[in-house]
Amino acid sequence: MPAPAQRRIIFKHIGAPGYTNDLACYVQHGGYEMLRKAITMQPAAIIDEVKKSGLRGRGGAGFPCGVKWGLVDRKSGKPIYLVVNADESEPGTFKDRYIMHDDPHQLIEGIMISAWANNVKQAYIYIRGEMPHGARILEKAIADARAANFVGPKILGTDYGCEIYVHRGAGAYICGEETGLIESLEGKRPYPRIKPPYFPAVLGLYQCPTIVNNVETLCHVKHIVEMGGDNYAKIGTPNNTGTRILCVSGHVQKPGYFEYEVGKITMGELLNEVCGGPLPGRTFKAVIPGGSSAKVLRFGETFTLKNKDGSSRTLTVEDIPMDFDTLAACGTMGGSGGVIVMDDSVNMVEALANINAFYAHESCGQCTPCREGSLWMKKITNRMVHENARAEDGQLLKSVADQIAGRTICAFGEACSWPTQSFVAKFGDEFKGYADAKKTAKPAGALDLV
Amino acid sequence: MASAISSSMNLKPATLTRIDELITHYPVKRSAVLMLLHAIQEDVGFISNEAIEWVAAKLELQPINVYEVVTFYPMFRQKPIGRRHIKVCRTLSCALLGGYKTCATFEQEFNTHRGEISPDGEVTIEFVECLASCGTAPVVMIDDDLHENVDGAKAKKLSDQIKAEASARR
Repeated sequence: MPAPAQRRIIFKHIGAPGYTNDLACYVQHGGYEMLRKAITMQPAAIIDEVKKSGLRGRGGAGFPCGVKWGLVDRKSGKPIYLVVNADESEPGTFKDRYIMHDDPHQLIEGIMISAWANNVKQAYIYIRGEMPHGARILEKAIADARAANFVGPKILGTDYGCEIYVHRGAGAYICGEETGLIESLEGKRPYPRIKPPYFPAVLGLYQCPTIVNNVETLCHVKHIVEMGGDNYAKIGTPNNTGTRILCVSGHVQKPGYFEYEVGKITMGELLNEVCGGPLPGRTFKAVIPGGSSAKVLRFGETFTLKNKDGSSRTLTVEDIPMDFDTLAACGTMGGSGGVIVMDDSVNMVEALANINAFYAHESCGQCTPCREGSLWMKKITNRMVHENARAEDGQLLKSVADQIAGRTICAFGEACSWPTQSFVAKFGDEFKGYADAKKTAKPAGALDLV
Repeated sequence: MASAISSSMNLKPATLTRIDELITHYPVKRSAVLMLLHAIQEDVGFISNEAIEWVAAKLELQPINVYEVVTFYPMFRQKPIGRRHIKVCRTLSCALLGGYKTCATFEQEFNTHRGEISPDGEVTIEFVECLASCGTAPVVMIDDDLHENVDGAKAKKLSDQIKAEASARR
């Protein structure tokens, strides 16, 4: 059976010939009509539609967007802020980049609808520092939208107004963590805040109620207004509604971004049919399904999952539908949608050494288990690769990782320990035998990873 | 002391205008720290101690409040770099397709090591973490521009372009 067709909602126009990122082109394609519709609706009605849609956050955690909006403290009398998390930096993820560069007005329309729904008067787009062109494109798009009365005071002849400003990060991964992002937006080091009490919905930016949503998530809001929450919820699978953008990178013939109804395509269809399978002469060895912090899957392993009726089913890696819930049931996560594929040329100790170097570099240093642990894990895997490896190093790595997760202020503790825990659990033989493996010649075409 | 610092720090008039405008974006001035540092670094190439004190005075902060930001975020630098800044992505998806080789090619072409200014002053090469363009790996940023699918051969070609521009200028 051929792989199902893509369903492009967010990426409908992105990459299409003749489609440009200016306001005229966007309006020509029906742009800002949903903002016009939204401001005739009651804000609470829009929040209801988003709740009904089942939309889950597309940044990594998969938290239901309507629930997030429902948690906002609306009685405090303080202003409510909307902060767009455009700090796309989970390794393997590259979807928001295209939205912001190629279709910035879709994001701006999503922001303005969400702002109206939540009585937000000020929104910030926190874009990662390494996207200077993206920041300029957004600034121009906002200026154009302001001139056309879609952004700013008294939009579209109403008394409602909301301003949007672009704020650039400066190369720190931790700013993708929502409370770290808020600290950064306040002009400080992005040390994540402890929850409770600092839930952004209550005590966020400037200690005011704050909504932090991913770029892709906010774009979906526009389409929920267009089709209604119930109709949107029919896309995808139950509890995993809508479409999502899967970013495939690494060892496949045709990497890239693909938009599918959530759960309607399996890992096997995605990699073998959509992405053209492994590189010539290679076979798939491992895949990280949701950004580099997601636990790795080993081709050949199987998962026995319980069905609702009490029976069970057994899935191979290829059988797993690319949704939130099944990936979680298989011990990993859909995360940010970044699928990183490794073939049989890769040594898993070296791949982990690459990942550990990333997390050691990006730990903010606030919590001791993470600051020290991420560095130790990097040092151990680096030593294994560049100096001597010991048979017990896998266990040593695991013992360090096991003492980080759950003992830190933010989820970075989990993010940095899950790769080590899963690589050692699933490829323990390679960690044990690495000293011997180093004595034999590397497979042809194997590259340095660290 | 702020009073000892020249009022404009020799920033371009456009930068000063931009800075004043940026500060209006926030209800709390301190929020503008990162954006001001970007504006200054783009203008003069790096963040000097004088710049730290100038930003602090401008935003009514202590210099330590700015210094701690400059020293945390990888994009801010306290020393000048080469004329062009070559940032090679080091992270997994790029490494799987030859990112380390790409970086080594640039280093050879300019006879330099990562983090240093090349002997001709033209480039500083650095490894950076994921640039969020993993589908077109390996990727490299040269100043503000992203270059995709930069294998060894393309790295050589990009190096040749930089060298040609340099000799045209001399």
